[in-house]
Formats: sequence, structure tokens, C-alpha cells
Amino acid sequence: MTQPAPTSTASVTAPEGLESLIADFSSDQRAFKNVPWAKVMMWIFLLGDTFVFGSFLIGYMNVRMSTQVPWPHPAEVFALTVGGKSIPLFLVIIMTFILTFSCGTMSLAINYGFRKDRQKTFLMLLLTALLGASFVGMQAIEWTKLIHEGVRPWANPMGAVQFGASFFMITGFHGTHVTIGVIFLIITAIKVLRGDLDNMRPGFLTGRKGSYEIVEILGLYWHFVDLVWVFIFAVFYLW
Amino acid sequence: MANEQGQQPSLATYLKIWGLLFVLSTASYLVVYFDLQGYLRWSLLIAFMLLQAGLIVSVLMHMLWERLALMYAILVPPLLLLTLLGIGAVEADYTFMTRGTFFGPSSPPAQHP
Repeated sequence: MTQPAPTSTASVTAPEGLESLIADFSSDQRAFKNVPWAKVMMWIFLLGDTFVFGSFLIGYMNVRMSTQVPWPHPAEVFALTVGGKSIPLFLVIIMTFILTFSCGTMSLAINYGFRKDRQKTFLMLLLTALLGASFVGMQAIEWTKLIHEGVRPWANPMGAVQFGASFFMITGFHGTHVTIGVIFLIITAIKVLRGDLDNMRPGFLTGRKGSYEIVEILGLYWHFVDLVWVFIFAVFYLW
Repeated sequence: MANEQGQQPSLATYLKIWGLLFVLSTASYLVVYFDLQGYLRWSLLIAFMLLQAGLIVSVLMHMLWERLALMYAILVPPLLLLTLLGIGAVEADYTFMTRGTFFGPSSPPAQHP
């Protein structure tokens, strides 16, 4: 907020609890007082994305429950042999840890962003981008392995054909989200390093003045990508 | 309280939640590694999954510190997906049964009218 909020009766006696909910939704012009609009927009976008991924996962549940052909055992399909011993889901658990780790570095970037610590925010954003890129790289390895084994969106030599369709659709969509996240992390990291956010330099596309708010909003997106992975990991790989 | 503006969780809170996320994903992996079966497997996997999701949304995504109106606007609509989940499960059971009847090993040969 650049201007101090105009003194009105609403701000003098700020309602609490459920009353604040009703006051917000019945208010004039803006529903979510004091919340930056860009943050609200990101949340609403993520709400839409929740429905996209939710529908994917429910569709996956539906085809997995309805097939008469046995479903391949994910713990065996995604096992890797390390040192002569077969470890189930070896690559997948590393990918999970990498994404969880990147969540922490993103949180640190947001935290340093609040303190307007340019150097550290940049480093943490860059680290998050690197971790995200390595996640996508490992996913590419996993895809290559499965494609070599003959799995296609329409075919699966190991059992139910729906396995291939669900796997490529769900992990592909998630991987696309990670990739887009990495691109935006790099863009934001460059903006931070250049001092765009300190100098309120207008963005080349929207012309909005630079602000550390964008680090927090990008963080929402990045954490959401990890949130989706938690569900994919549990219901697709571990189930 | 919950909808105070501008309040930020401390760095220590983040780090604790971060550590907890690692513990929870390791725990859910161990369920599969030790190949637990039956209701124990499903209940543990779902519990760990929902705990992780809750921690990410409430702390890492700051939902606990947002306005109540924003919380309701974002967290209530996804509950509709539960309806889709129910429809999907009922439909899958029906398809499974139908496939068993018409394409199963003991099904009569398909008749063409």
C-alpha cells in the first residue's frame, strides 16, 4: 500500500472472525482488504490449477479402479539397481527430496526478500531454480527409461494400458509446471540481482513497478508445485 | 489472531516445518519400502500426504496469516472435488463390473444384433 488507508468506520472497528468474512465479501470495490491484488490473482490461479490436477488424479483413480488387467507395481517399475541391490522408487525419492529441499530455499528467498536483502534473495532464487531444473532432468531420465521399456500413452507391456496414459499425462503436466517455475525463478532472480525491485523499475511486459512482492507471489506458485507433487507421489508412486 | 496483517512467521518456524516435510516424505517412503499392506498402508499414506499438504498450504504458503475471507475463498471450493471423487469411484466400480461381465474370462461371446 502506497497510501495510508482512508479512515472509515470499517477500519476503526475492524470486525473479527466470521463477521470479518461477511464484511469482506459485502464490502465496496475490494473483497480482500489490504491483500495485494497480484497475490489474490495468484491464489485464484492456483485454485484453478487445483481443479486441473484434482481432475487428473481422480481420472487416474477411475481408470485404475475400473481396469480388469493388473496394474503394474510402481515400486518395481520405478526401482533402480544400486550396488547390486534393487531399491524401490530410488530416483523418485531423490526427486521428492530435491523438490522438498527447493521449497525450503524458496521460503528463505521470500524471507530475505522481506528484508530486502538483494544478494541473499538472488542466491536463494538461483539455488531454487537449479534444484527445479535437476528435478526436471531426473524426470527426463525416468521418462526415457519407461519409453525404452515400451511404455506409451496408448501401450504398456507390463500390464494395464491406462498406466502409460496416466503416467505421461500427470507427470508431464507437473513437469511442465516445474519448468515454467524454473523460467520464472530465473527471470525473478535476474530482476533481483539488477536491483529492479529496489529501484521500482517497471517490468518490460506489464510496466508494473518492481517490488519484492513478486518474490512472495512466485513462492506461492513454487510451493504449489511441491504440493501437487506430494499428492502425485502418494497416489501414483506409492499406492 | 489469525488474520492480523503483515505478521510473518519466524525463520525458525520455517526451518522446523521444512524438517518435518522431510520426515513425513521419508516416513511415507518407508511404508512402501517395508511393503506394509492392507488398511495400515492406505491409512498411513493418506495421513502423511494430508499432513504434508496441510503444512505446505498453512505455513509455507502463509495461509494461516491471511485474511479469513481469502482462506474461505481458496480452501472451500476444492472440497467440490470430493463430489467428483465419489462419482469417479462409483463409476469405476460399475465399469469394472461391466468389463467383468462382457470381457472377462467367463463371459459369453459378444452378440451382434
